[in-house]
Amino acid sequence: MKIHEFQAKQILRQYNIPVPMGEVTDTPDGAFEIASKLGTKVVVKAQIHAGGRGKGGGIRLADNPQEAYEAAKAILGMRLVTHQTGPEGKIVNKVLIEQATNIKQELYLSLLIDRSSSKECLVYMASEAGGMDIEEIANKYPEKIIKATVSPVTGYSPFHARKLSYGLNLDKSLSTQFANIVKALYQAFIEKDASLIEINPLVITEEGNLLALDTKMTFDDDGLYRHPEIKEMRDVSEEDPLEVEAVNAGVNYIKLDGNVGCMVNGAGLAMTTMDLIKLAGGEPANFLDVGGGASVERIEKAFRILTSDPKVKAILVNIFGGILRCDRVANGIIEAASKIELKVPMVVRLQGTNVEEGRALLKNSNLKFEVAEGLYEAALKAVELSKLKV
Amino acid sequence: MAILFTENSRVVIQGITGNEGSFHCRESIKFGTKVVAGVTPGKGGTFFDDIPVYNRVIDAVEKEGANASGIYVPASFAPDAILEAIEAGIELIVCMTEGIPVIEMMKIKHALKGSNSRLIGPNCPGIATPGAGKIGFIPNFTLSKGHVGVISRSGTLTYEVLWQLTSLGIGQSTAIGIGGDPIVGTSFVDLLALFERDPQTHAIVLIGEIGGSAEEEAAEYIKYNVTKPVIAFVAGRTAPPGRRMGHAGAIIAGGRGTCQEKVKALEDAGVVVEQNPAEIGLRVKKILERK
Repeated sequence: MKIHEFQAKQILRQYNIPVPMGEVTDTPDGAFEIASKLGTKVVVKAQIHAGGRGKGGGIRLADNPQEAYEAAKAILGMRLVTHQTGPEGKIVNKVLIEQATNIKQELYLSLLIDRSSSKECLVYMASEAGGMDIEEIANKYPEKIIKATVSPVTGYSPFHARKLSYGLNLDKSLSTQFANIVKALYQAFIEKDASLIEINPLVITEEGNLLALDTKMTFDDDGLYRHPEIKEMRDVSEEDPLEVEAVNAGVNYIKLDGNVGCMVNGAGLAMTTMDLIKLAGGEPANFLDVGGGASVERIEKAFRILTSDPKVKAILVNIFGGILRCDRVANGIIEAASKIELKVPMVVRLQGTNVEEGRALLKNSNLKFEVAEGLYEAALKAVELSKLKV
Repeated sequence: MAILFTENSRVVIQGITGNEGSFHCRESIKFGTKVVAGVTPGKGGTFFDDIPVYNRVIDAVEKEGANASGIYVPASFAPDAILEAIEAGIELIVCMTEGIPVIEMMKIKHALKGSNSRLIGPNCPGIATPGAGKIGFIPNFTLSKGHVGVISRSGTLTYEVLWQLTSLGIGQSTAIGIGGDPIVGTSFVDLLALFERDPQTHAIVLIGEIGGSAEEEAAEYIKYNVTKPVIAFVAGRTAPPGRRMGHAGAIIAGGRGTCQEKVKALEDAGVVVEQNPAEIGLRVKKILERK
């Protein structure tokens, strides 16, 4: 799960990692007020779940409260397009107003789960080339990335901070401040079940202090059950509305660009079904896993989600009944399909436990299903139907 | 012979009185599994059907000779259940639970090092050796005894492939789902090594998916160490980057972990990669006939 910069900074503050003074608001008047309170030059920063905001016009400097008001007015409600948002961009609903900083140098510091090795460790990454994103640093200055792995069994040890600070050629006067940040980062990571904490840039100010000027955090979805305070930070306006509905229904759904919708039980089989649609000459409209115990309610919700995507021209249902019996699935499909008006053709492929009963139920229902036996045959049929002009 | 799960496996079910534990325990008994005990803290001294229930895993080991465990407890209890099984000296621990935080799995991996235990999963459909028994969700009717070893990161896709094989009269030595999480107890490489040494296994089917590097590591291993034919399929050719495709581990991150990369690595290692998932069984059949 992703959170906003202002939320991530609240967490850094809890762990005594220094961040600029500032507050978040959703109105220009709020921006005026916060800037007045801060009493300095400020930065007005769009709060969206994507990087590259500065280049897109989402970060502006303001010398006084009136300018902060104007900047907030310009940014709030704008459709901000960056290299991470895709061409459709994201609407800005909130801005963060912060004291402007006198920057002497920009560094990069992050802590993440190291999936590149099978060591099951976290890894710190630091670089003198702050401000750029890590992929860019890795491409341009791979030699400038300093890494330190940390095992969750033994935890943080002071050498981690030494390895990074000597590697960064950090001035001695900063080493205590830096070590405190490195240590706190680990603590925050473990205590909150993060999967990435990035401080970029971590700046050295003209006054000789370290300050987390910008930060990005993502969290392990599987850890959220024990962090209600993090779960509360979820901003559904950042997500696709259909995907939000799916999450609430307990269905795994990801919207894609094609026109053949699919509903499958199990994630691996769902991905495979998408691949089959492509192989059969079509384009999948989505990934949808109804889960192992697909109930009538869930199947109904899944249909509603599928059919509310206007691009969908045909639906392929692919269920492998194991524990889940095909006759029950068939009943679920019939009940759900009779409740919502299905406007697009549908191909159902059932296999597994009680498959004959299931297919018979579908065939004898008054609803228009195409029933397919083979996996590939089903995909071919669905793709063919998606290409028919209605 | 088969691998890991054999006629000598004596199973304890952790979470035997729960919904999933009880259902799959009974299914596994129908498949011929020797379930010797159950564990549910607080219910020790009772019976589930005619299986004795204990409070602690160590009791199942000492009193019933349990040497394999199936874990069907919620994510918040699962790390503790795995650690208890390791400490009790269970040789084969199979954890079906989905949703264990990554940090907990990192600690468990460290606990496994230097122990006598092997962990399959978590977030996996389990292991089945037709003729000997099973732990987990793999439906009984998809399985038949034979000479093909099956390893997979998926659940229902594995059943689909097993069913294709069984329908074509191709039986299996052992079928194992290693799990869909970023960190799992047992890798493709570990299992390839075991199948290579197992005389009952004549060919190996590997079902991979996008994300991580398990398939690349398998390819590297196969190139130098596996002489038996390997037939593979990799799911997620059409998956968009940066999105978690159901499984926590199935995500293309920073341009890495794509289907294309994995297929290339496997093909370079001499693996037969089938593009059409509906024809994996047929492909295996052809290769076995050629042998």
